[in-house]
Amino acid sequence: MGSWLDETLTWGNTLIFALWGIILLVLVLGFVTYAIYFERKVIGWMQLRIGPNRVGPLGLLQTVADITKLLIKEDTIPRKADRVLFILAPALAYVPAFGVLAVIPYTNELYFADINVGLLYYVALSGITTIAIVLGGWASNNKYALLGGMRSAAQMISYEVPLVISVVGVIMVSGTMNLRSIGEQQGDWFWQWNFLPQIIGFVVFIIAAVSELNRTPFDLPEAESELVAGYHVEYSGFRFAFFMLTEYVYVYAIAALTTVLFLGGWHAPLAFLDFVPGIIWFLLKFAFIVFFLFWLRATMPRIRIDQLMGMGWKVLLPLAILNVFITAVYLELFIKG
Amino acid sequence: MEKYINNYVIVTIFILLGILLPVVALTVGRLLRPNKPTEEKKTTYESGNEPVGDGQIRFNVRYYLFALMFVIFDIETVFLYPWAVAYKQLGLFILVEMAIFVGLLLIGLIYAWKKKVLKWNSI
Repeated sequence: MGSWLDETLTWGNTLIFALWGIILLVLVLGFVTYAIYFERKVIGWMQLRIGPNRVGPLGLLQTVADITKLLIKEDTIPRKADRVLFILAPALAYVPAFGVLAVIPYTNELYFADINVGLLYYVALSGITTIAIVLGGWASNNKYALLGGMRSAAQMISYEVPLVISVVGVIMVSGTMNLRSIGEQQGDWFWQWNFLPQIIGFVVFIIAAVSELNRTPFDLPEAESELVAGYHVEYSGFRFAFFMLTEYVYVYAIAALTTVLFLGGWHAPLAFLDFVPGIIWFLLKFAFIVFFLFWLRATMPRIRIDQLMGMGWKVLLPLAILNVFITAVYLELFIKG
Repeated sequence: MEKYINNYVIVTIFILLGILLPVVALTVGRLLRPNKPTEEKKTTYESGNEPVGDGQIRFNVRYYLFALMFVIFDIETVFLYPWAVAYKQLGLFILVEMAIFVGLLLIGLIYAWKKKVLKWNSI
């Protein structure tokens, strides 16, 4: 991508950018399809079950079948629902989820947009999804959906604060919000990656990220046992699929972001292993985080809502701010001057 | 300069693709899916019972307090980000300055904590 970025903008170049965008879109959709398959398979193995194994060899086409089913399923909109907002909500949830992928670098050469406010762009755009969820809950005109939507909004805004503050430490160490240079600045040994120097920030980031993704143990917005399904009770067919798609695109985005910010991006964990191409290291770390999220889902019970809100504001937020000041004092004493 | 424009062209393309996918998928879906609406299908779901009243009820004021806290602390992050980027180039003064600012906000957090805003006691 680097060479095209320096050229003057022409229609041809715009077309090339659009093609790269479409390639990424297809890859992300493929990722989502197989992430769902592996999630079911992995959780199945962890619970001593087999998991999907009927559709296609080893059940590999299970998700494809599910998506096709959703696509040809009748789409009902309740009479009482606010039609315009009801239709708008799933699309509004999905747009920022794909939009944030523009700033994520994969290696030093393979990246899309290389903007200096990359991290800020990510944080700002991902916040929009919260609006879509409240909108979906409100427009359904359903009590469960409204409660689910409000809970979800409360949870997402509560955890967004520690999430965005926990990365401030990384920005201070790197002196930039450009994701590519944050990735590049981390060294070739694993102790030079940000996760060890920024261990408090890293832990806060992971917990807050899992919560932002609405995944177990923080999947209260969709607590089946108490809220039926949360904000998307009334959604059926492909509109429902877009809410699910959004969730898994965010899994992709958060896994990639964690890799770049804290796990050294495309760097090898040990300097003598750097003959392996960077993209392989990136994908390994990325896959590990995705697996970690599935693993968490198979292991943890759901947290209670009062504990959830309490933890966000009383534990994670003070810790995240503490991390900022520890980093500031460290830089003041040992790096500056 | 070219690089700057190109980067934002890519961002725009991504957002447009993000809009395009739901539009295309839902339009294609409209051609494929059946559409046989009946009155029963269009009622609001309430675990099989006849829905009672309206869904858009008043909700707990607590959500509003969380929203207020979010706005306050999100403003904080808006100030923290540029501060963090420039931190290495600036002197000790800027650290003290930010400590005062964050300190004031933390007093607000402790106040909310003492006022039991963060305590969740019903739905």
